[in-house]
Amino acid sequence: MEQKLYFAQYNEALKQNKLLGLKCQQCNAITTPPKMACRQCGSPDMEVIELKTDGKIRTFTTVFVGAEGRESEVPYILVIVELEEGPWIMGNLEGVDPKSVTMELIGKKVKMGNKIFAGDIYSAGESARPIFTLAG
Amino acid sequence: MKKVAVVGVGETKFSGPQTKTEVELFAEAATEAIAESNLKAKDIKALFIGNALGDIEEGQGMVASYAAENLGCHYAPANRYEGACASASMAVRDAFMWVASGYYDIVIAGGVERAATMGTGLATRTFAMFSDARYEYPSGVTFPAVFAMLTHLYADTYKIPLQKLREQMAKVTIQSYKHGAINPKAQFFGKNADMSVEKVLGSFVVCTPLTLHDCCPFSDGAAAVVLASEEVAKKLTKKPVYITGIGQASNGPLGNQNDYLPRIRARELSSEQAYKMAGIKPQDVDLCELHDCFSIASLIAAESLGFFDYGKAGEAWEKGEADIGGKVAINPSGGLKAKGHPIGATGAGQVYEVARQLRGEVEPGRQVPNAKIGLTDTLGGDGGTLVNMILERGW
Repeated sequence: MEQKLYFAQYNEALKQNKLLGLKCQQCNAITTPPKMACRQCGSPDMEVIELKTDGKIRTFTTVFVGAEGRESEVPYILVIVELEEGPWIMGNLEGVDPKSVTMELIGKKVKMGNKIFAGDIYSAGESARPIFTLAG
Repeated sequence: MKKVAVVGVGETKFSGPQTKTEVELFAEAATEAIAESNLKAKDIKALFIGNALGDIEEGQGMVASYAAENLGCHYAPANRYEGACASASMAVRDAFMWVASGYYDIVIAGGVERAATMGTGLATRTFAMFSDARYEYPSGVTFPAVFAMLTHLYADTYKIPLQKLREQMAKVTIQSYKHGAINPKAQFFGKNADMSVEKVLGSFVVCTPLTLHDCCPFSDGAAAVVLASEEVAKKLTKKPVYITGIGQASNGPLGNQNDYLPRIRARELSSEQAYKMAGIKPQDVDLCELHDCFSIASLIAAESLGFFDYGKAGEAWEKGEADIGGKVAINPSGGLKAKGHPIGATGAGQVYEVARQLRGEVEPGRQVPNAKIGLTDTLGGDGGTLVNMILERGW
């Protein structure tokens, strides 16, 4: 059985600042990133939808020790954002000083863009990643 | 289903980078466990070996077969298990089921890893392989970053001021270091016993708010346990330690665990299975070796395992309720933070510790008095694999 939405399509859409997901036709739950089966009820009966990219920061950290090949990126801010329609997605926060962020970041509204992670010898090619900035 | 006993245990010293190969390390631990069981290598019917990253650490895949041959278990079937930091616990659990089924009567299970040999950069990269490679690694997630984000989420969820939470987490570190300092197998044996809250908070920041002393070290090491059916166990030892409950559960990417975070749902399900199977409750547990890869991980684990209320584990550590003499003795080995975390071996190291605690054989300064029931808790990835096991005295 074919998956309704694959990584490749999700990735191409993210490069256009569009966030794709899947809406379950059985329980109405929204699943993103894409999967074969609904993350709530396990049904594969899902349809592709475009999600709103507005959301709020649920948690964050500033990374000072990077992985091999990404040392030059530190310090950077990782965030998990709760989208308006419910799902949480991981991305980076830009436009603020990574060394000065505090717990006050939690709950702040954000807008989504994207950047490309070019990949390394372990990853099968590039992946787009969400880049958030504070809204308003 | 047959009763299954741990009849012998073995463990190398957990350490920083060293020169023994993974095959050599596993053989050292396994041979110790086999000798303690009054058996020979040829008596072992099958091997179950956790190893997460040997391919990258040494360029060695299929380590289980080479280890079997090396230690004298010639031609015995040998399986490798990969479940990130829970690899060895998966191996022990599967070994349990093979013996419980009656198919094998004597097997060995354990694990081996040379994470420290990789160095910090490569170890950080490869540990991040246990996060979602397509949807989360591109953002630069690392293992400390996962638990750093869980720390901020924990503080926000339970409305604990971050500074207060960081001080409670420092108490976790200090307790682990205290026990690890007198555990000769621990990576930090003889070290860090004089750690203070100020020193923990003042060490360099890895990922805000986690400092170096909130994090476990990268480690090399191996551990192994011999499991036997009850019938065989009674002939081999006067002190069989029975595995009376097991549980395992899985989960997807961190972001998709949002219905429960900072709780790890897979742990709740896994430990429920184990408690139910053993017919005990959390308050019956005398000691618990839990997965404290980061200080916050101890608080999250102790709550999901049912020892303390959600948001209250930090207070428990402050009051000594999580230490020897408290409600439950957590990580008397020093845990991952002080004993060390050779990821593919860690779960077997927990079983090693619990078995020796139940037999009353550890150093007096960290022996849990009259321990009868122990629990292990091993987490792989960012909640992707959870394994729990309950062990009880069989005499």
